Amino acid sequence: MSAPATRREDLARGVWRENPVLVQLLGLCPTLAVTNTVANSLAMGLATFFVLLGSSVLVSSLKRVIPHQVRISAYILIIATFVTMADLLLAAIVPDIHKALGAFIALIVVNCIILGRQEAFASKRPVGRSALDAIGMGIGFMVALLLMGTFREILGSGSLLGVPLFGSGYEPWVVMILPPGGFLTLGGILLFLGWSRQRRGPAPKLRHWPHGVTTGRAG
Amino acid sequence: MTTEIAGTRDVPSWRLLATLGIAGAVAGLLVVLVQGWAEPRIESHRAAVLEAAIMNVLGEPARYDTLYVAETGLSRRPAGTMDAEADRVYLGYDAGGRPVGYAITAAEPGFQDVIRLIFGYEPASGNVLGMQVLENKETPGLGDKIEKDASFVAEFEGATAPLAGVKAGAGVGEAGEVDMITGATISSRAVIGIINRRLERLDPLLRTYVAEAAP
Repeated sequence: MSAPATRREDLARGVWRENPVLVQLLGLCPTLAVTNTVANSLAMGLATFFVLLGSSVLVSSLKRVIPHQVRISAYILIIATFVTMADLLLAAIVPDIHKALGAFIALIVVNCIILGRQEAFASKRPVGRSALDAIGMGIGFMVALLLMGTFREILGSGSLLGVPLFGSGYEPWVVMILPPGGFLTLGGILLFLGWSRQRRGPAPKLRHWPHGVTTGRAG
Repeated sequence: MTTEIAGTRDVPSWRLLATLGIAGAVAGLLVVLVQGWAEPRIESHRAAVLEAAIMNVLGEPARYDTLYVAETGLSRRPAGTMDAEADRVYLGYDAGGRPVGYAITAAEPGFQDVIRLIFGYEPASGNVLGMQVLENKETPGLGDKIEKDASFVAEFEGATAPLAGVKAGAGVGEAGEVDMITGATISSRAVIGIINRRLERLDPLLRTYVAEAAP
């Protein structure tokens, strides 16, 4: 594979084909919890993007310095530092959104998309490729969150980005912004994606596992 | 393609400790720096929100004083040590310097978590002047109407304490009636209860302070 093709592949992989949420089914906890409005989804997506990119670049540049035995602790320390900074920055810059996201900002630390990318990709590859991979995966996460947030806000509140879409006669489908609505929406999206994959013909030959797949699927 | 990872061989323990120690120190330093930048902004935002809420529930007074609540009465100075957590109320004045009422914060458990609110109160008439929820984690779409439903919030304006929650539209026209939100009875009742219980304790203190201030 030529260098530009590799770069493009590093970037594009996470956005759709190996989307961390919709294909790898990682990071479902924030996906279900904070996607009740588009604004919340966007803020969560941006915060995670910032943490993922920062951690990947740092882990990749420090890969020769960090001894193998303590690498997980070191990764967590790096991730936690970025999360704490994101938490404080959001509180200072956009207090309302910070209030709406509550504890879920702090919980980015245990988002397994981020630790997964460090262990599976950034710790073994050059800084540039790790950054591209982080950008791709970060965008993929944001795509998934925005998809969820758009459906749920339109159905559950009758608005988009806080702007009412329907007249006053619209009775919001409240369950969609409650936790069950998160499960319903995610289930619906996965069902549709699976169905459309199947319709495109016989499944392609099983390729290698996505780079980020870890055994645990929590968080 | 895969670069060799440092430390697949044996590494002395001091290096493990040193790595984590240095990383921890650098991480701590970074967090402290960001915190130093963010803290004043977070603090000033909090103060701005509170000030806007005080103005809102007192009907835009010309100015207001912060008064500290002690066992025996209100005072302009906090009793004993300057405590950031000291209980306080805010006395608003109109342009002519006459007191218009108190803004009082209160917090108690609601349906899911603590509801924090502020309300305006005028002791001479016993009227609540307005109510604003500052913080709630009630059910989105139902319980959070205590904050978002303008008609529920408006119910408090001019209601006479002690308040009594009634089913929407079932009131008989008494001064303390507040129409509750259909589907959010517990949250509505919590808001009403928070105000009543807070006034039960503070009302005598508020009345004596007004008497002292206007001799």
